[in-house]
Amino acid sequence: MSGPSDYQPSNPALQWIERRLPIIGLVHSSFVVYPTPRNLNYWWTFGAILSFMLGMQILTGVVLAMHYTPHADLAFKSVELIVRDVNYGWLLRNMHACGASMFFFAVYVHMLRGLYYGSYKEPREVLWILGVIIYLLMMATGFMGYVLPWGQMSFWGATVITNLFSAIPYVGESIVTLLWGGYSVGNPTLNRFFSLHYLLPFLIAGVVVLHVWALHVAGQNNPDGVEPKTEKDTVPFTPHATIKDGFGVACFLLLYAWFIFYMPNYLGDADNYIPANPGVTPPHIVPEWYYLPFYAILRSIPNKLAGVIGMFSAIIILCFLPWLDAAKTRSSKYRPLAKQFFWIFVAVCILLGYLGAQPPEGIYVIAGRVLTVCYFAYFLIVLPLLSRIETPRPVPNSISEAILAKGGKAVASVAIALVAAGALFLGSLQDARASEGSDRPPGNKWSFSGPFGKYDRGALQRGLKVYKEVCSSCHGLSYIAFRNLAEAGGPGYSVAQAAAFASDYKVKDGPNDAGDMFERPGRPADYFPSPFPNEQAARAANGGAAPPDLSLITKARSYGRGFPWFIFDFFTQYQEQGPDYVAAVLQGFEDKVPEGVTIPEGSYFNKYFPGHAIKMPKPLSDGQVTYDDGSPTTVAQYSKDVTTFLMWTAEPHMEARKRLGFQVFVFLIIFAGLMYFTKKKVWSDSH
Amino acid sequence: MNPDASTIAAGAPIEVDLTPVAEGQDIKVFWRGKPIYISHRTKKQIDEARAVNVASLPDPQSDEARVKPGHEQWLVVIGICTHLGCIPIAHEGNYDGFFCPCHGSQYDSSGRIRQGPAPANLPVPPYQFVSDTKIQIG
Repeated sequence: MSGPSDYQPSNPALQWIERRLPIIGLVHSSFVVYPTPRNLNYWWTFGAILSFMLGMQILTGVVLAMHYTPHADLAFKSVELIVRDVNYGWLLRNMHACGASMFFFAVYVHMLRGLYYGSYKEPREVLWILGVIIYLLMMATGFMGYVLPWGQMSFWGATVITNLFSAIPYVGESIVTLLWGGYSVGNPTLNRFFSLHYLLPFLIAGVVVLHVWALHVAGQNNPDGVEPKTEKDTVPFTPHATIKDGFGVACFLLLYAWFIFYMPNYLGDADNYIPANPGVTPPHIVPEWYYLPFYAILRSIPNKLAGVIGMFSAIIILCFLPWLDAAKTRSSKYRPLAKQFFWIFVAVCILLGYLGAQPPEGIYVIAGRVLTVCYFAYFLIVLPLLSRIETPRPVPNSISEAILAKGGKAVASVAIALVAAGALFLGSLQDARASEGSDRPPGNKWSFSGPFGKYDRGALQRGLKVYKEVCSSCHGLSYIAFRNLAEAGGPGYSVAQAAAFASDYKVKDGPNDAGDMFERPGRPADYFPSPFPNEQAARAANGGAAPPDLSLITKARSYGRGFPWFIFDFFTQYQEQGPDYVAAVLQGFEDKVPEGVTIPEGSYFNKYFPGHAIKMPKPLSDGQVTYDDGSPTTVAQYSKDVTTFLMWTAEPHMEARKRLGFQVFVFLIIFAGLMYFTKKKVWSDSH
Repeated sequence: MNPDASTIAAGAPIEVDLTPVAEGQDIKVFWRGKPIYISHRTKKQIDEARAVNVASLPDPQSDEARVKPGHEQWLVVIGICTHLGCIPIAHEGNYDGFFCPCHGSQYDSSGRIRQGPAPANLPVPPYQFVSDTKIQIG
């Protein structure tokens, strides 16, 4: 991309094309012979990782859009149907949803790398600004994508974020109406967000081309911050950088796959498994983790308009970085003070992220204000000041000289610190979801937990019996069809058994030729009929509280794990908060209300229900349901069985997910190993 | 990209019958996709709303200006927090009014902001009394 190429292909057909469109020469000069500094470290592989992630998001997104329905009444269900019925739909969805988080994780590493090594300085200012534009576009795309599943957090996230624009004086309200396409967030909003969510990634791809172009004109920066002078300072892009990037991508894929196959909901919010309801606000509205530092800045400023300005300027200020930091030395490696302030800045960002997930009260607000000041002070005071007072260490004359002087560095310790800090940051979301004033549900041993977890077939069959005889009189199970009972990874019934089970139900069908609705026996393709025709009927029949549909209940309920548990959870793959909570609520009823707790009329005391007053009377009692297989007919056993069953209804393909995950991990580890040794061989004469 | 014709048509005025709302109760109706709280205020709530020194409020407005004369017991407000658009919960908070669970804004029994980050009072939608027991919103 940096000038005309003199590359001549040997194949006559390629020569014919090359004379008319020198595209092979362009690729050859940009990605084959392009000189890349010899001393690049692994932080430089994140550019390739980001390109890979962008491609991944576009590919999975295009297929997901083929199955998605952008309508307020259908969007939530269509996403569930993607996960349940589309071939490998669960995989596509996990790749896309976790992919967004991984994309942001990689972009933060990439940006901090640029910050540490001074990659924004002359002559790379335009390169840096293009990067900030990509980041802004990514934030808009990520936000609109999060709205599409149309869960509670999608809806309320959209409401809060679009309302930010109402802070603009005079024209704010009109801008918000224009964004909504109505008088509130609704179907027109969803439609335009879908359209823009499809458009923006291609804009990002376009700006990425400019970003790479600018990079190839100015040349890559490097850890020592001295420009390559002779041929000895560089190596050709292919094979050196290609193979190193390949190894970096392979390692990154290991982390990505950990989320896709084992922790798909670790970074998400349980509330988003509840369909959007414009009449109920969730207790804590928390954005996705990658927006948390900016959300913290927004909330720590008490004035609405000032808060919005503060939040946006926290990003826009990055554009001015090349002029705020006037130091001649690029790399912080040779700037003893800048290096320390850089790490303080990283800590400030992580802490801001943590605060963004906390309720805005007391000490959190004060800490948020202090850290907001620190954030801006880094750019407006520390960097301009340092460039005047700091005495940098001598910079090597050339890259080859720097390589010769190189000793073992503390890269490993930095990486560990970063992983630990990252885990704190990622997990802070869960901390925010602490359910107020209720006991923590006790942990259980579930057959489906862990990397090799499988559903206990007996428990699934018993749980189905408990649901049918007890729960189904009030709770629906509308995402489960009778055919699912015979599918692999489920309760293990035969197709004939599932059909027989279905025929016990009466299903409304029609209209027939006479225009009348009629009832017929259920078929395997029918869904479990709901006990109430609509939510209002359910509400009216149950004293004002509609019994929730149980299809997704074990994913839609959670409780805060708190620090430091959420960090361990990442490694132990603990993600059974939902089942633990459901089982605890079923067993948490107490006849005697403890002293000092008042329960409203028509409610019952439950130890584990948030607020303790639950409208559901104690549903299970010993001996209520008979078991054919000799299992104990106790409330504890019933709860465990029905919870296992409800975990299956929430995620029918969990066994396939974990099985494929294991295969992918075996492949990735071997692949990464091969890449590593190939890289070592390629680089053996260059170090 | 402004609202289309059907959206505007669906936003036409609606009539609400107030007879079933007992004193101290409130109902939530949706108009233009927005929740509207209609509160039948008690004597205590009205007195509290009127006893406040208006000048001391963050968004000074008297209770008289927020209700229709002769119908002081009825408070009609758009139930959308003026901070970032969450729905406040009625009969909660320290001021016998509304409490927003998102960022902790508290409104009094006249829907005026008293505490928290919200900059303005809960807006009063355009409405009039068609009869003593029926209002038209819009």
